[in-house]
Parts: sequence; structure tokens; C-alpha cells
Amino acid sequence: MATIAHGTPEIAAEEVNYLNVEHGWKSWLFTTDHKRIAFLYLISITAMFFVGGTMAVLFRINLLEPEGIFSSETYNRLFSMHGIVMVFFFLVPSIPATLANFLIPIMIGAKDLAFPRINLLSWYLYVFGAIFTIYAVARGGVDTGWTFYAPYSSTYSNSYVLSAVMGVFVAGFSSILTGLNFIVTVHKMRAPGMTWSRLPLFVWSNYATGLLQVLGTPVLAISLTLIAFERVAHVGIFDPNIGGDPILFQHLFWFYSHPAVYIMILPGMGVISEIVACFSRKRVFGYNFVAFSSMAIAVLSFFVWGHHMFVTGEAMYTSVAFSFLSFMVAVPSAIKVFNWTATMYKGSVSFDTPMLYAFGFIGLFTIGGLTGLFLAALATDVATHGTYFIVAHFHYVMVGGMVMAFLGGLHYWWPKITGRLYPEAWAKFAALIIFIGFNLTFFPQFILGYLGMPRRIHAYPPEFQALNVLSTAGASILGIGYLIPMIYFAWSIRKGPKAPANPWGATGLEWEIQSPPTTYNFDETPIVTKEAYDYGPLEEVVG
Amino acid sequence: MPASLTLLLADLQLFPPAASAQAGPIDDLYWFEIIVSAIMTVLIFAAVILFAWKYRRRANVRATQIEGSNVLETTWSIIPFLIMLIMFWWGAKLFFAAQNPPKDAMEVFVTGKQWMWKVQYPDGSHEINALHVPVGQPVKLTMASEDVIHSFSIPAFRVRHDVVPGHYDSLWFTATKPGRYRLYCTEYCGNAHASMSGWVEVLNDRDYANWAGGGSHGSLAEQGQQLFEQNGCSTCHLLDQQGRCPILRGVYNKPVQLDDGRTVIADDSYIRESILDPNAKVVSGFQPNIMPNFKGQLSEEQVIQLIAFVKSLSPPTPASQQGGQQRPVVIAPKAKAPAKAPAASAPQQ
Repeated sequence: MATIAHGTPEIAAEEVNYLNVEHGWKSWLFTTDHKRIAFLYLISITAMFFVGGTMAVLFRINLLEPEGIFSSETYNRLFSMHGIVMVFFFLVPSIPATLANFLIPIMIGAKDLAFPRINLLSWYLYVFGAIFTIYAVARGGVDTGWTFYAPYSSTYSNSYVLSAVMGVFVAGFSSILTGLNFIVTVHKMRAPGMTWSRLPLFVWSNYATGLLQVLGTPVLAISLTLIAFERVAHVGIFDPNIGGDPILFQHLFWFYSHPAVYIMILPGMGVISEIVACFSRKRVFGYNFVAFSSMAIAVLSFFVWGHHMFVTGEAMYTSVAFSFLSFMVAVPSAIKVFNWTATMYKGSVSFDTPMLYAFGFIGLFTIGGLTGLFLAALATDVATHGTYFIVAHFHYVMVGGMVMAFLGGLHYWWPKITGRLYPEAWAKFAALIIFIGFNLTFFPQFILGYLGMPRRIHAYPPEFQALNVLSTAGASILGIGYLIPMIYFAWSIRKGPKAPANPWGATGLEWEIQSPPTTYNFDETPIVTKEAYDYGPLEEVVG
Repeated sequence: MPASLTLLLADLQLFPPAASAQAGPIDDLYWFEIIVSAIMTVLIFAAVILFAWKYRRRANVRATQIEGSNVLETTWSIIPFLIMLIMFWWGAKLFFAAQNPPKDAMEVFVTGKQWMWKVQYPDGSHEINALHVPVGQPVKLTMASEDVIHSFSIPAFRVRHDVVPGHYDSLWFTATKPGRYRLYCTEYCGNAHASMSGWVEVLNDRDYANWAGGGSHGSLAEQGQQLFEQNGCSTCHLLDQQGRCPILRGVYNKPVQLDDGRTVIADDSYIRESILDPNAKVVSGFQPNIMPNFKGQLSEEQVIQLIAFVKSLSPPTPASQQGGQQRPVVIAPKAKAPAKAPAASAPQQ
């Protein structure tokens, strides 16, 4: 374990910490403390998660009946806003802006991120982006899908495309600034002795994510700006009637949005590495390979965007190249899964809530990843493109993977963030409910997809009803599963038992300081002398 | 509320019918992927459950610290990669085979527009959200969009292709089992996207012959000829002598020399472009700006009729079956065409 020069005070009454050091709304809205900003983000993304989740519940209700229950206008707006809110306002910022924002400086022994004010600016940009998007919903919504395909979005749609695009554009800069901050922080602010090979894997994966955010997101901004140009000024960019090319939009959009898939999953992989090590009381098996695979994913993810366009008439050999590269990017993901599994070998495995989420992640991400192979292979992509197979695949990765990791990480670090414990029995129960509800929602969609049911339709042939009813039943279980943690976390903040500095007996600098930490994390800069995950027997750490 | 569970389960389908020559081989790959995935999933789940249980936390039992293993890392990188190479090669092979339709494929034209599929047959008949094809005969669909991107999909045939506005897309299949199968639009295209679906009817030869009675308004080419005259095309594109514009007889699918020195094949896409935007690729020896722009004046269906007419001016000969071997047809004008565009050639309506 790292050595800290000063003695850590153990659970003294009324300690000063980052939460109680100042009071009043100004102390929050003008804070530059990465931990308070992480907290602001946590509240914001949770709100957006429930906005997006409510829409999902509503359109799943619509799909109980083959002919639909709502009008197609309503349905199209619901799924579009669900996608926009969940991708750009929940998944992309979820772990980086909350857990990583809170933890990266502490994990590397720094007082804050490299640019504390830019960190606050990024939260404000996120909020402005969210306001634009909510405004678009309030005015009547947007019906383009989260992918904003041209020329539908640029010429034909009669919905509030501009405000939604503006919202995503602004939120994109929030993402760029967060990524930039992480990159500079990891390069320049590591404590003495915190070498690259001693970095927790959570820092590695968020560093890789930062690179993707900084290099990819500007391209999204360009694509959305061009949509706005064409919509407002009728500059022919994407609409062939005025001289544009609709496929150009897809190239630009997926050049960002495929790396964005990894923006959404890499931080989750980092969380799982931390949790599996802690609850197996072992160093992560093959640390170098796990760290390197994050970087390999970051690089390769920029060269696979064409696999979204196999049926657009993309040149045959282009498709073949993108198919091959898409298989390549599966290798580092597989390496991670094998290493997490191997980490438990000869470990001392406990079944605390974060570990249950890690089990859930490994299982669901495995299924999500393997079904990705069906889509990387050209012939089976043609058979499943644009169907519920795709929907099931990316929800297995994004919800089964990333949301599981987010919840696992939130439970794992909750005592550190709030200084409180949550009710373990309820937490385990919720984890189980979420796992069951998730599978019931999304597994039937694989079958629907190969049967040919297109995605984004408000009415469907009657022979698909049984599987759709199952899926909606699962969604209602999943919805309840997500409400339970929401309730006990809200309770825990005020009433939960006080947490010790290191309730899990975990290694890492964050567990050596008090819970919750003080504003500057460390009284004196720590000097790191040991590797990450230097796990000894549990009894030596907690009494 | 949904109907009773028994009723629902009576309809329950788990695997789609396979009704085209392509479907079987694609299903084979799909099952290979399912089996590989199932084995991998079972292995990983089993390892996780086994390790979690066998090494569960117990008093006085400590974890054994293990650094890692380069041998294991290499093994579990290379073996999955090799399996994936098989999937890659297999998927690409089937994809290649699906690219080029056989020469004897029957041609059907499909136009997607918000929110319907319009299907035109060479005999001049047409229908909406329905496609009739004979069993055992390769069918090539040439597809255009009037507005946004659509995607034409027949799950029972395992075929799908986007229909992108601005050019022709195509796909082909050989239906193998008579029956009715659903067709869909699988690219979200706006409000009534869900209703842009219909049925493919695969008919045996006799039923197909009965069904294909022929259009009451003449064949597709005859419909095109009418348009050709109504729109004043025939005033400049004379059929048997040189007018202000190129003679169209014998041009279809032949190489054409352009005024910038390039050579293009006068295929469907080129003819479509030359109707809608004549100045994009002007034939060598002719003036630009003579022919008016027909973009927005003719629908995609009318363009398809016109192309069928142009095609009918070039009856298939043994030479034209072989494509690439001929020299460019240089369509020499008799005299320099006058610079001013005649008012008569302005499109009607």
C-alpha cells in the first residue's frame, strides 16, 4: 500500500470534509472542487437517466399491442429522445464525469484535476446542453432517432431538430473538456512514485476514454453543425436534391459515434478491474495486458466506423476491411474478460454488492460482445442490420455492461463519496432484480431481430407480440430494479450508518484518506512506494 | 391488455422461414456464430461461478497472489482471433457472392417514398407494398428513393439493402419456396415508417404466368416512350438521325466518351443522372446547357420508365452481354449544335 506521510484520522466526530466545509447553493454552483463537481454531475445524470428511462417505459408499453397504443408521432419522439438522452446525457458522462472526476485526482495523489475551473465549466456546458434538449422535448420533441440521419434530419423532419442538435453540440464540449482535463491530469499530476505501471486500471481506462473524447467529439460537433447549416441555410451537404451526399453524414457521424461506444464502455471496464481485484483480494491478473488492451481499444475503435454502413452500398472491399478491423477490436475486449475471470482464481472472493454487479457485467458484456461478432461478419450483418438484433446487442453492452459497471462503481465508492453506508440486503436484492429484468427485456429482442422485426417501429406484425410482451414485462421489472437503489441511496445520504475510511479493506490511495475526503484530499502529497492492487490478507487491513 | 397467453404463444415464432437460395448459407454461418457464442458464454460463466464458489472468502484462507501469465494471455488472444478469422472469411465470402446478380436475373424496379414501396415490372404493371416473384428465378431489384434513406428488407430471404436518395441501389435473390413473406423498410424514415411494409409473394411458374397478365397501359418501355414524347425529349434526341443531342439507339450499357476525356458506361445510374442533371457528364462533342434539368420535374418512377425505353432501343446482342470489351461509342454530332436551348424542350407541367 502507498505510504502517506501523515496519520489518517479515523472516524472522528464532525470531521471537516468536502461536503460540510461550506454550505449554501453558492458553495456548490461556484465550486471548483472535483468532488463537488462530481456530485453535481451525479445528480444531473441521475435526473437525465430517469427522463430517458421514463421514455423507455412508455414506448415499451406502446409495444404491448401489435398496432401500438400511442400515435406514431408520439412513439417516434419517445424513442428518439430516449436515445439522445441516454447516449449523450447519461452514458457518455456517466462514469467519467462522476466517479472518475471524483477519483482520478485522489487515485494518483493529487489535490484536484489539472484545470478545476474548466471542470466546472464542463458541468455548466452539460447543464446548458441538457436544457436545450429538454426544451426540444417540451416544444414537442424530435423524431430523428439519436443518429440524426440525413437527409431526414436536415430536410424532412418537422420536429425540433435544431434545439436537440444544439443540446448535443453543447454537451459534446463538456465531454471534450472532461477528457482534456483527465489527460493533462494523468500526465502531469501524479504523486511521486505513482509511475504509469502503478496506475490503477480505472485511471488507465479513463485516460484512454479521455483520448477518445478529445479526438472524436469534435467530429460529432462538425456533423451536427453541418446538419444545422443544411436545415437553416439549405447548403447542399447531405441532401442529394441540393447537391449533397447522405452517406457523408453517416461517415462523419460514425467516425465519432463508434469510438463513442468505447467512451461509454471503457470506464466501466476500469470499474470492473477495481472491483474484481478488491473482492478477490488479488492483484488483477495480467495488469499490463488489461492496461494495454484499453489503449488498443482506444486506437482500433477509430477504424471500425464503416461497419455501420455495410448495407448502404459502401464499396465491397471497404466493407471487407471494416469487417476485419471490427473483429480485431474484439480481441482486446476478450482479453479483459479472461483476465477478470482469471483474477478470481485462487482468490478470496466475497459477494458484496459491487462484486454482484461485476459478475453481472462480465456475463452480460460477454453476451453483448459475442453478439457483436454476428454484426462484424458481413453476411450476418446484412441479415440483422436495422433490426431488434442490433437493439439487443448494444443494450447488452451499454446497459448490461456500462450501467451495471456504473452501479457497481457507485456502490463500491459510495462510502467514500458520501461517508455513509447503504443497506446491503436491499442492494443485493436490487442487483438481482436488475439482472433478471435486464435479461427478460433484451434477450427476446435477439430472437425478434433475426425474425426480422425492424427497430424504431410503433406497430408490428402480430406474430411478434409474445416476445414483445415478454420484453415489456422485463422492462417493468428493470424499471423497479433501478428505483430501489435510487431510494436507498437517497436515504443513505442522510440516515445511512457512517462509513469508515476503508470499509472493503481495499488498496489504493482513495481508501487511505478519510470518508468523505477533505477538500484537498491529502494534507501532504503522498509518496507511492508500491504497486497497485498490493492486496494482503484482509485481517491486516480491517480489524 | 394483450390477448391471453395461450393465444400469444400460439403465434410464437423463434426462427424465420428460409425461402431464398441465400438464406441457407447465411443461416449456416449464423448457427456457427451461435454455437461459438454459446460455448464461449458457457465457458466464461462456468469459470466465473466455479472460481467464485471454490475460492469464496473463508477465514484463514488467503488469496494466492499471481502476477499473470504471458502464455495464457497469448493463448486466449490467438485462439479467439483464429475463430474470428473463420467468421470473417465466411461472412465476407457470402457477402461477395451476394454482390453481383446473375446476367439472366429478372429486373424489377422499386421506388421507396414516404411511406410506401412502389414496385414496377418490365411489363408495365405496378403495385404498392407488394412484390410478386416466380420461384427459382434470380430477381434483381433496382431501387431508388424519392426522399429520405429507406432500407428494403425481406427477412425470409435474408436480404436487405439501403435505398439512398440520389442514386440507384440494388439487391438480388432467388426465391426457393412459394409462399407469402413479409417485407419491411428497416431504415427509420419518419412518421409512418412502420407502415412501409408489405408482402412478397413467391409464386410457382404457372401461378406467376397467370398473375403476370401485363399492364393495361403498355410495357414499362412503352410508358417510357410516351414520357419521352410528352416531355419533348424526342425533339432533340432523334431516334434515327443526329439531332442537337446524342442518338440514344444502341447506347444502353455501352461505354460513352465524355467531353472531359473520361469514359463512362451508359448504365441505369448514368442515364438517370443525365436526365435529372444533364450537365454533370456531357457526351463528347455536344454542348452543355442545351437540355433542361429534369430534377424535380420527373418522379423516380418516371425516370425508371424512361430508362426502360432507352434500354429497349438497345436490344440485347451477344456482344452487349460481355460488357467491358468494346471500344467507347463516339457519338459524333453531324454539325455543331446551336448554343441556345430551344424553348420547346422545356419539361411539361
